[in-house]
Amino acid sequence: MNQLKLNILDLIKEDARLPASTIATMLGVQEAEVAAAIKEMEDDHVIVKYAAVINWSKVDDEKVTALIEVECTPERGRGFESIAERIYLYPEVKSVYLMSGAYDLLVEIEGKNLKEVASFVSNKLSTIESVIATKTFFILKKYKQDGIIFEEFEDDGRLLVSP
Amino acid sequence: MQDYLASHARAIPPSGIRRFFDLVSNSKDKDIISLGVGEPDFVTPWRVRDAAVYSLEKGKTQYTPNAGMPELREAIGQYLNDQFQLDYDPAKEIIVTVGGSEGIDLALRALVEPGDEILVPEPCYISYSPITSLGGGIPVGIETFAKDNFKLTAESLRAAITPRSKLLVLCYPSNPTGAVMTYEEMLPIAKVVEEHDLIVISDEIYAELSYGTKHVSFASLPGMKDRTLLVSGFSKAFAMTGWRMGYACGHPDLIGAMLKIHQYTVMCAPIMAQVAALESLTPNGLEEKDRMIESYNQRRRLVVQGFREIGLACHEPQGAFYAFPSIQSTGMTSEEFAQRLVLEAKVAAVPGHVFGKGGEGFLRCCYATSVSQLTEALDRIGNFLQKIG
Ligand SMILES: Cc1ncc(COP(=O)(O)O)c(C=O)c1O
Repeated sequence: MNQLKLNILDLIKEDARLPASTIATMLGVQEAEVAAAIKEMEDDHVIVKYAAVINWSKVDDEKVTALIEVECTPERGRGFESIAERIYLYPEVKSVYLMSGAYDLLVEIEGKNLKEVASFVSNKLSTIESVIATKTFFILKKYKQDGIIFEEFEDDGRLLVSP
Repeated sequence: MQDYLASHARAIPPSGIRRFFDLVSNSKDKDIISLGVGEPDFVTPWRVRDAAVYSLEKGKTQYTPNAGMPELREAIGQYLNDQFQLDYDPAKEIIVTVGGSEGIDLALRALVEPGDEILVPEPCYISYSPITSLGGGIPVGIETFAKDNFKLTAESLRAAITPRSKLLVLCYPSNPTGAVMTYEEMLPIAKVVEEHDLIVISDEIYAELSYGTKHVSFASLPGMKDRTLLVSGFSKAFAMTGWRMGYACGHPDLIGAMLKIHQYTVMCAPIMAQVAALESLTPNGLEEKDRMIESYNQRRRLVVQGFREIGLACHEPQGAFYAFPSIQSTGMTSEEFAQRLVLEAKVAAVPGHVFGKGGEGFLRCCYATSVSQLTEALDRIGNFLQKIG
């Protein structure tokens, strides 16, 4: 990937709403170049979506999130692909990763409450034929996600005017 | 009490920045966006803070050698060699100071005698002249101009020299103008320095914050090492203002004299700050520095273009983190403009005249502030200009 694209990604991963014109000025290139690079990355699914990062613990109808380690037998010829797909197509599944180490898939599930998550695991996940075992871990608090710290820091501590 | 104060203490004027600070602080308006700061918006990188916390846990709370921890002086020497091809002996030619501020103070105290003239290109950082005056020296401002991108020219330097001229203070990249000087531009200055047997205090605290061309240290010019005292520190490039960490490098005789004063006045720089500084010079620390500099550069481009778009002439600052737009088109003095800007548009910036000759008609705007704040500040200034225009 070229440097311009990397620089653009660096900026918009922090603030997806930066206009192309501002990005262009900040990087010292033409706006058209930035717009074209962004378009290309959107088309290539490098940029998948522009979504807000939400601290759900501040929202009244709080959600419950769990990480589930899933051990499963890969399928001949397809490995873990189709199992992963069967899992990730459920809307309550937020993310699915293929892992090295003691288990195979790490699945993040979101539900309204513990019961809902537990029932998803026992009714939907564990019943998939190639799934051998699952271990469920509920997330109690999110401190940082995707490089963004959720805790609020004090305001700018600088003096308003200094030499 | 006034009667008891020493005349030299009474004589130094209160800083113009301080006056403006009081005005802004008294307004107590939470909504003010400040471009009036002189420090990074980054907090010190965590790895650096963590190193200091760890050293405290380990009980590192003692004095260090007066000149600073030997391993820190080594690291500074190595860093200056890697970055700027400078060659200083950590044992005799480097002293760790309480901020670049102390380095400037020590150097002027060690060099200035009553009646000595100290040449100071202006607009410039505000501490050189008062400290010169404290020692009985006479600060001689040399005006620099926007048309020259606020660079010092050999002609104007030559014109300011008298038989009593002893010292030249250089500060490139410049606070407040963001001006830098290239090797070719400094060569004629070095020639004049040599001809007139001057000593140079080169305040290169913004060296790393050079955009476009790589910084050239005045001390690295042919024949200039022994005539130059290099002052620098960790405040700006490493986002460490509150730690008070600086250093000075130069001829062993001068460093030796400065060390004597330093011994009697502060003994040594704080040990936890020295430990932190050492961490910031590790490869990981340097990477964090580079990341911050790139971010200033992006915001620099944004701000310069922003000022031009709202109709303020703005030369291109090539270093530090200040833009220095001209407000002459408004017909106001910089003091008047800056005051009205705070009160009517809620943007604080420092009026240029506080930085000495040539500063009138300009406004120092620090762009080490978030992109959203900068954009909002530019909008506000734009609206203010429309209102008064
Ligand atoms: C040009 C210049 N020199 C020196 C200093 C002093 O910095 P410190 O004492 O934090 O190292 C500053 C701070 O604003 C500065 O702008």
